[in-house]
Amino acid sequence: MHRVINNFLYSKKYAPYIFVLPFLISFSLFFIYPIISTIIMSFQKVYIGSVTFIGLDNYKRLISESFFNAIRTNILYTVLTISYLIPIPILIAVALNSKLLVGRNAFRAVLFLPSLISIIVSGVAFRLLFGTGEFGFVNSLLQKIGVRPINWLLEYWPGMFIMVSLACWRWSGVNIVYFLSGLQSIPKELYESADIDGANSINKFLYITLPLLKPIIIYVLTISIYGGFAMFGESFVYWNETMPGDIGLTIVRFIYQEAIQRNDLGYGSSIGIVLLTIVFGLNIMQLKFFGIFKKEQ
Amino acid sequence: MKKKITLGVVLLIVCLVTTPLFAGGAKETKPAGGVTKLNMWVFNALHAKFYQDRLESWNKENPNRKIDLSIEEYPNVEMHNKLTLSLQSGVGAPDLVDININFFSNYLKGDIQLVELNRVVDPVKDKFVQSRFEIYSLGGKVYGLPTHVGATVVYYNKEIFDKAGVDFNKIKTWNDFIEAGKKVQAATGVPMTSFEVIDQRPFWPMIVQRGGDYLDKDGNVVLDSEINIKTLQAMFDMMHTHKIAIPMPGGATHREEFWPFMNKGGQACLIMPMWYMSRFLSYMPDLKGKIYVRAMPIWEPGNKRSVGIGGTGTSVTKQSKNVNLAVDFLAYAKLTRESNIKLWTILRFDPPRWDVWDAPELLAPDPYFGNESVFKVLLEVKDEIVSPNNKLLSAAAQDLVRSQVMYKVLVEKSQTPAEALKKAAEELRKRK
Repeated sequence: MHRVINNFLYSKKYAPYIFVLPFLISFSLFFIYPIISTIIMSFQKVYIGSVTFIGLDNYKRLISESFFNAIRTNILYTVLTISYLIPIPILIAVALNSKLLVGRNAFRAVLFLPSLISIIVSGVAFRLLFGTGEFGFVNSLLQKIGVRPINWLLEYWPGMFIMVSLACWRWSGVNIVYFLSGLQSIPKELYESADIDGANSINKFLYITLPLLKPIIIYVLTISIYGGFAMFGESFVYWNETMPGDIGLTIVRFIYQEAIQRNDLGYGSSIGIVLLTIVFGLNIMQLKFFGIFKKEQ
Repeated sequence: MKKKITLGVVLLIVCLVTTPLFAGGAKETKPAGGVTKLNMWVFNALHAKFYQDRLESWNKENPNRKIDLSIEEYPNVEMHNKLTLSLQSGVGAPDLVDININFFSNYLKGDIQLVELNRVVDPVKDKFVQSRFEIYSLGGKVYGLPTHVGATVVYYNKEIFDKAGVDFNKIKTWNDFIEAGKKVQAATGVPMTSFEVIDQRPFWPMIVQRGGDYLDKDGNVVLDSEINIKTLQAMFDMMHTHKIAIPMPGGATHREEFWPFMNKGGQACLIMPMWYMSRFLSYMPDLKGKIYVRAMPIWEPGNKRSVGIGGTGTSVTKQSKNVNLAVDFLAYAKLTRESNIKLWTILRFDPPRWDVWDAPELLAPDPYFGNESVFKVLLEVKDEIVSPNNKLLSAAAQDLVRSQVMYKVLVEKSQTPAEALKKAAEELRKRK
């Protein structure tokens, strides 16, 4: 018996499967199975104890203003967060990597802190800071410099602004850490030889730092696109129960609103499937564009 | 590295598989020494206080059927999400649960997972405001017990009216209201009132009092009815033509921005249900003695002077292992005379059982509310309190009015009342 098990474990043919088995089980249990049942549910009307197939009705209902609003908000949000969350953390990482900066370890720690705080906790603080009317903190500051109070939570662009600010505030630290580790893996010799060739700091940044950071940038970009389209927390913490005219409605929020709040799991599933298609397509396109699928040269 | 990942995955699976087992362990209901364990979810800390009080007297009066009730509080939206998922999946629901009327219709779809309560309701039904049972019923079966009437009234700030030299007792129609508002605005610079723009008050009571609603008695969508359009137009005119009303700071009466605004005398009156009294007491201390409660003005003769808005239906779930005991306790806590008096003394809710409305506890003058007996107002309109129809599409209808109608019409002005209501109604009809 013992020998049989040993043979089995040491065989080149079967052993690998044993080792990946835990992953395969969890992957099929928590990913494949839910995805398949979501696809099935997206063709159904799902109530407790009564499930009926309704064909493409859920998908037909998707052609609605709210759904397009959600897609628009998601795209804008993703573009805006990425246009802050890649360049600014790179610059900060370069500064933190420089030996000239005093107390850089302290700065690293402080900049990383926001990402340790739960989105709901920090979101509640943001929500109160950006309270509407003249009593909100930010509005009371604005009034001191002569700007009229802004209805942060009741209008589209101010609403977008506070969602993007919360995300940028929260995720900068993580991206800085990614870029710092990337910077530290760049060989110092490259900079030394550039110095000998007489390159200035800007040239060194543009022709050495940036190209060598490319793999990290692609990684951050990929997770940021995914993160942008999967955004829910910011919207949920600002507009807990309801929002005026879809201003903070993202696709995931739309799923939540339809599937949970309005108890229509079938419709929610069809939105989820469309979201999956969008994010999958975008990431494939982007990875292809950056040549990830090509063989290493 | 790979080993670590594999190990991590294995651990994750172990955790995921065992967690539900631990969670299930807490729900076991073994009568230990004649005491039965029940659990309950509520979405408001005040409600928990009320049930705690009712539990103590139940245990005193029923030594043979003692209950050990654990009450868990969750935020409003989160509690209902949890409830939906646990009823949907068949495990984890509590014995008793407070369900907000905004969500109640969600639980009346499909195979209903709430216990029918007619056994305890029918014997006392005629002592209650009937419409408060109807909102938690489907096909003649009652699934939730009401917590209050939620009669909509107007809270007048007497200080501001005195300054303007206007007598709010003379306001009988919404036209009187507009005229008085103009005088108040001219004399004090303070707007007469404000409307919720990310929620649905006073739009909802204003349409229901004159026979409008989102859904009719059979659950059909009537959101775009002539009455509704006319009423929303009148609200628009109050804001933009007569300039006596403004969009509420923060957008709704439950927002932190609104309380200091009202507290500082930012508006002359507020149209809200009776249960909002508790918010006055907790959040607006400076208005003590200045607030006077009166019935709603009407649009045209024959209108009702109050509408029951909002509500919490308390239900027993079919997952309970002690359905009978849970139902009996719930009936004790919600239907008895004594409990209905407690609804007022502990929560300041207008109890749905009207035969307690002239009890001395309820008629005692209230120093916060002009040292008047607030209940006299309610007794005066007792037979006029209607409630909206709570049918299957109600949760979705309310959500649509909140998010797609009020703000777009009243603030953005991007759609006319007719356009916005028609669009929302169409959206709603697709859900049939």
